[in-house]
Amino acid sequence: MLELKGLSKHFGGVKAVDGVDLRVRKGEIVGLIGPNGSGKSTTVNLVCGVYPATAGRIMFEGADITRLAPHKRVRGGLARTFQNIRLFQRLTVWENLWVARNTAGQGEPRRLFGNWVGGQRAARASVEELLEFAGLHSKRDMVTGALAFGEQRRLEFARALAAEPRLLLLDEPAAGMNLEEIGDLRHRIVDLRRRGLAVLLIEHVMELVMGVSDRIAVLNFGRKIAEGSPAEIQAHPDVQAAYLGDAEV
Amino acid sequence: MDYYIGLAQIIGIHTLLGLSAYAVLLTGQVSLAQAGFFAIGAYVGGMLTVLAGWHVLSGMIVAGLVAGVVATLVGFPALRVKGLMLVVATTAFGEAVRLFFFNFNYRIRRGDVLIGPSGGEGFRQIRFFQENGWSTIEMALFIWAIVILVLATLWWLDRSRAGTVWRAVGEDELAAQSAGVSITAVKVSAMGLGGVIAGLGGALYAHNTTHIEHAQFGVVLATFAIAYPILGGLTSVLGTLAAVVFIQGFLVEGLRFLGDWRNLLFGALIVLAMNLRPNGLLDASAVAALRRGLSFRRKGAAHARA
Repeated sequence: MLELKGLSKHFGGVKAVDGVDLRVRKGEIVGLIGPNGSGKSTTVNLVCGVYPATAGRIMFEGADITRLAPHKRVRGGLARTFQNIRLFQRLTVWENLWVARNTAGQGEPRRLFGNWVGGQRAARASVEELLEFAGLHSKRDMVTGALAFGEQRRLEFARALAAEPRLLLLDEPAAGMNLEEIGDLRHRIVDLRRRGLAVLLIEHVMELVMGVSDRIAVLNFGRKIAEGSPAEIQAHPDVQAAYLGDAEV
Repeated sequence: MDYYIGLAQIIGIHTLLGLSAYAVLLTGQVSLAQAGFFAIGAYVGGMLTVLAGWHVLSGMIVAGLVAGVVATLVGFPALRVKGLMLVVATTAFGEAVRLFFFNFNYRIRRGDVLIGPSGGEGFRQIRFFQENGWSTIEMALFIWAIVILVLATLWWLDRSRAGTVWRAVGEDELAAQSAGVSITAVKVSAMGLGGVIAGLGGALYAHNTTHIEHAQFGVVLATFAIAYPILGGLTSVLGTLAAVVFIQGFLVEGLRFLGDWRNLLFGALIVLAMNLRPNGLLDASAVAALRRGLSFRRKGAAHARA
């Protein structure tokens, strides 16, 4: 459903992402790994439209979205979380979800003031479900900035789901989590696949990526150096060289 | 008595000015262009009643719409700049508007006098209220009817879905965009609404003072516009109202007996107020306390919330 064709992003002379091809199919969890600075986050930002691509194309469900405005990509079914959590700190937990839920499923930019009666009841109900999902029902009226770190991660995850995506981009969702929280996250990600969502997972925590991914792609210096099942990737000599350094040098 | 009615009129008009900045500020845009929109409203409103012979109400509505359209047009280029750069750009726009009216000459002969805007001399004799025999108290009531209408509209907007989305954009644009919010739509419509409110205020101002000139719409007025919502706190529109009452009622008028010392104390008291209440006169906890107080009276069950 997501297909990157020769995607590139150059910052001046730096080729942060350089001709990457990648496919994510429906209901599939694809891991994207690589050493620091290998272009993983830039790839996510390109897919979300934070940066315009220098070259290449991004296809989503058959449509070319390379030049589509970022918010329209979200409304089209492509949501994300951030490496460093970005919540609306001074809004309440409920409002954070409410903002994202209300833009869900809008094909075109309409209804800034519309959708008063019928839609709101359904939206409110689904925000309740998301609160339940994130385990934050009792803290719904708390200002987000006052939440604990793990709760903020769960809320951001729920906010991404509030946009009703069919593909979710998770940018290092386990960063800063303890083992128990990572276990919980793992269940949540697997649960997404069960619900038919596709996930592009960027992660440094290898136990998590290796455990949940159907397929893994490895980036190094902006290029894709390997792709395959977790077992294949672990055995791949280029990947070992990229992570551990080349023994012969 | 007339003194207090006059003060009420000034507070009402400045509340509109402050609310226009409040709407824009909610989306994270610090705009010093509000005095410019206010000036546009003042001149357009004045010209419609004086030169075209309109009723003040219809003149004011059109003035608000014209200022709103101009503000919307300003909103698009304003999207490209943020923070300090936006302050500089909007200040430049406000000054451009002021200088436009400094050079704006459009006078027509009525009997044996020339009426209309006259460049640096200003625009005199905007006397709709006087010519139609309105008393000062009727003028004050008219102004406050508009103020309450705008306050109620913004209050409702604040508590609606759109208000939450506006605040989300003000908090973090990238995150709002990633939640599917169109930053362009939100920021430009906030700018447009701010322009309408400033235009309404400007038209009322012109008819209230009867004499306007470019110098009244300079950077000082723009600074006041943005100071009201910041001093009042962005939690509620009532904060802006409280700040206007504090500045216009207490600092400007209440300290008049101090003579020249007033200006010195004026600055010092604003600094003091910001230090005592860093999140504004009506911050989140004050608004929560107010609401608890209200619901206590209504339901007698405030403790159930705590």
